Amino acid sequence: MTRKAKFVAGGAVIAAALGYMIYAGVTQSAVYFVTPSELVAAPVVGKAYRLGGMVEAGSLRWEPRALDLSFTLGDGKATVPVRHKGTPPDLFGEGRGAVVEGSWTADGYFRASLILAKHSEEYKAPHDGDGTKYQELMRTLKGAER
Amino acid sequence: MIPELGSAAAIVALALALWGAAAAAAGAGTGRPALVLSAQHAALGVFVLVTACFALLSYAFLAFDFSVRYVAINTNLGTPFYYRITGVWGALEGSIILWTWLLALYTLVVILRHRESARELYPWVLAVMLSVMAFFLLVITVAAPPFARLTPAPADGRGLNPLLEDTGMITHPVALYLGFTGVTVPFAFALAALITGRVGDAWITLTRRWTIVAWYFLSLGLLIGGWWSYHVLGWGGYWAWDPVENAAFMPWLTATAFLHSVMVQERRRMLKLWNLALVILTFGLTLFGTFLTRSGVIASVHAFTQGTIGAFFLGFLALVLLTALGLLAWRWDALGAQGELDSVVSRESAFLLNNVLLVAAAFTVFFGTVFPLLAEAVRGVKVSVGAPFFNQVNVPLFLALIFLMGVGPLIAWRRASPDNLRRNFLWPVAAGVAAAAFFWALGVRSALAVLTLTLTVFVAATIAVDFSRATRARLRTGERLLPAMGGLLRRHNRRYGGFVVHLGVLLVTLGVTGSQAWSVQTETTLRRGEHAELAGYRVRFDGLSASEESNHFKVAGAFTVSNGRVLGVLRPAKKFYPQEQSPIAGVDYRLGLREDVYLVLGDFARDGSHATVKLQVNRLVSWIWIGGVVLTLGAGLAILPERKKPA
Repeated sequence: MTRKAKFVAGGAVIAAALGYMIYAGVTQSAVYFVTPSELVAAPVVGKAYRLGGMVEAGSLRWEPRALDLSFTLGDGKATVPVRHKGTPPDLFGEGRGAVVEGSWTADGYFRASLILAKHSEEYKAPHDGDGTKYQELMRTLKGAER
Repeated sequence: MIPELGSAAAIVALALALWGAAAAAAGAGTGRPALVLSAQHAALGVFVLVTACFALLSYAFLAFDFSVRYVAINTNLGTPFYYRITGVWGALEGSIILWTWLLALYTLVVILRHRESARELYPWVLAVMLSVMAFFLLVITVAAPPFARLTPAPADGRGLNPLLEDTGMITHPVALYLGFTGVTVPFAFALAALITGRVGDAWITLTRRWTIVAWYFLSLGLLIGGWWSYHVLGWGGYWAWDPVENAAFMPWLTATAFLHSVMVQERRRMLKLWNLALVILTFGLTLFGTFLTRSGVIASVHAFTQGTIGAFFLGFLALVLLTALGLLAWRWDALGAQGELDSVVSRESAFLLNNVLLVAAAFTVFFGTVFPLLAEAVRGVKVSVGAPFFNQVNVPLFLALIFLMGVGPLIAWRRASPDNLRRNFLWPVAAGVAAAAFFWALGVRSALAVLTLTLTVFVAATIAVDFSRATRARLRTGERLLPAMGGLLRRHNRRYGGFVVHLGVLLVTLGVTGSQAWSVQTETTLRRGEHAELAGYRVRFDGLSASEESNHFKVAGAFTVSNGRVLGVLRPAKKFYPQEQSPIAGVDYRLGLREDVYLVLGDFARDGSHATVKLQVNRLVSWIWIGGVVLTLGAGLAILPERKKPA
């Protein structure tokens, strides 16, 4: 084998390994963004989802001692019960948008491992309440990070 | 009046930059020095005018001129003095001004340093730098005008994003932008080399230190960003693979590759094409990062918003890449290597592999960051990959890079003989094996942690072997120990600066490994007087206190931390800003070399009877910051002018 062939072969091995690592990484850590109606239509147990919706009025329960948080996320067409272990994040509340990351369980609820929320960074006069519409929230929350 | 002056200054600066770029190019083409001189004057004028823009915007902040939209959004009457200054570059418009000003500053330094020393390349370098400048001034005048008015002017402003009210925010953007703009200099030299056809080593030699300067500031910016994330964002981490972080990390990776590959070109006349491509790629990635984070195509925690600016950056990026590719194709024949690889076991191939791995890492970061866009475009699904993807793919690459960090600097050029290998690597390999056994005996059972620590010890040992050998050589000439070591650092500052940087990287690696492998956390709700326990620490909740600060209202919990004896009281808080929809966490921590105790206040009862707290014990995180300091010191050492050896 010539030196050049060795380097070409080495390069091919590295490229193949990299390609495989990326492929495996994507398949193992891909998180699908769904709305409550999309999830309800075709829930897959164990698959990683990022579910975005509005916290339904009157659905929020928070047990500080047990750190149990439960609420219902809806999008006007369907609702999904969600449970989470841990403190509700700062932006969280009824009638507000939220994105939760987790998976659908066989027991018929969504177990959230992470609750994400994002500020709207648009200009807001101080104290102008929460008159934000659902569409606007969905737009800003899509792909929201920690 | 002041804002109009600022806008006018930006427009005139744009005209001057355009003229300067054209004049410099024409001067280079026709060989008329008067045109180049005129371009130089234009560059000076641009610097003065951009400085004026910066000063006028700062003045508007200090004078609370809320008729300026940007001021009204990013400050209010309660904003403390420091943050009125840093607020100037706290959001999009002002940060572009800061960027442009730093670019103008670099252009001046290039003029001062290189107008004599690089006669042939210089006019084109000036033309390229002024063209880039013109682009940024176009953004300032059209896409993101910082001086735009807000009518009617509000009585009070909205205020700076509270997360940016932090000392780190003074230095982080400045350092990062000094890095980004610094890349423009080697890029301009690379383009000048392609245009003039002088694609040899001149541009590499001239920009060697410039590249280290840019790299130094990029590294500093990333490190300060990590520190900010750790002590402000309140999730106990320093790196989240957020698109904004990735945007800065990608050019850092390719710049790191470039720093190493230039050595191969200097020494062995190889990789000409590769070096040009790398520096073009690095510059392109700085633009791409700005596009990514400022265009709103990918949402991110600290991405500012949007407007037309994304299209501007994407368009300019396309222009830059097309021009560069065209030039590369045009000079293709001149770009062949003079040297050639002699052996697979050689320093050249270690460096080559290092480059391939660094670029591969940059590619995976790129892929993961734009993956949501790709998936939506190709398959129509909304899907993203998070931190697990980046960790999974990058950890093997970084481990291989750490290994090469030990091999590269010591292995022989051209072809390493078995004797060379034995002489250089026997002790380090022995040290690595001993370290593996030691950590195993200590009870470390994570294979990844053992492997990382083993490699770290191996690399540290290679550095020790090299340094002690060189020191002993000097001692034989009769020097004493300390002067010998000092002289070594100073005389071979590039080599040993590099070693110090490597040591810094090892310390950062130690911190990352420790925090990933051994940090623990718990979350619990405590009644007043109750305590929680974690990793030998006992944390007791003593109650809440509220206070009114100049621009926010603060609720702080008092938690007494002890581990047998009382260590102190930590006061994590929640800060309520009137302009924000929700409170901002104010974490509190006790830093240590071995571990940090880190508290985040969660939910609390208004009467102070109970509070939820997240308690973390983060292991070895401090070594990341210590490593960062070492790394920047090493880069500083490498930047110093090289001393000629006495004849």
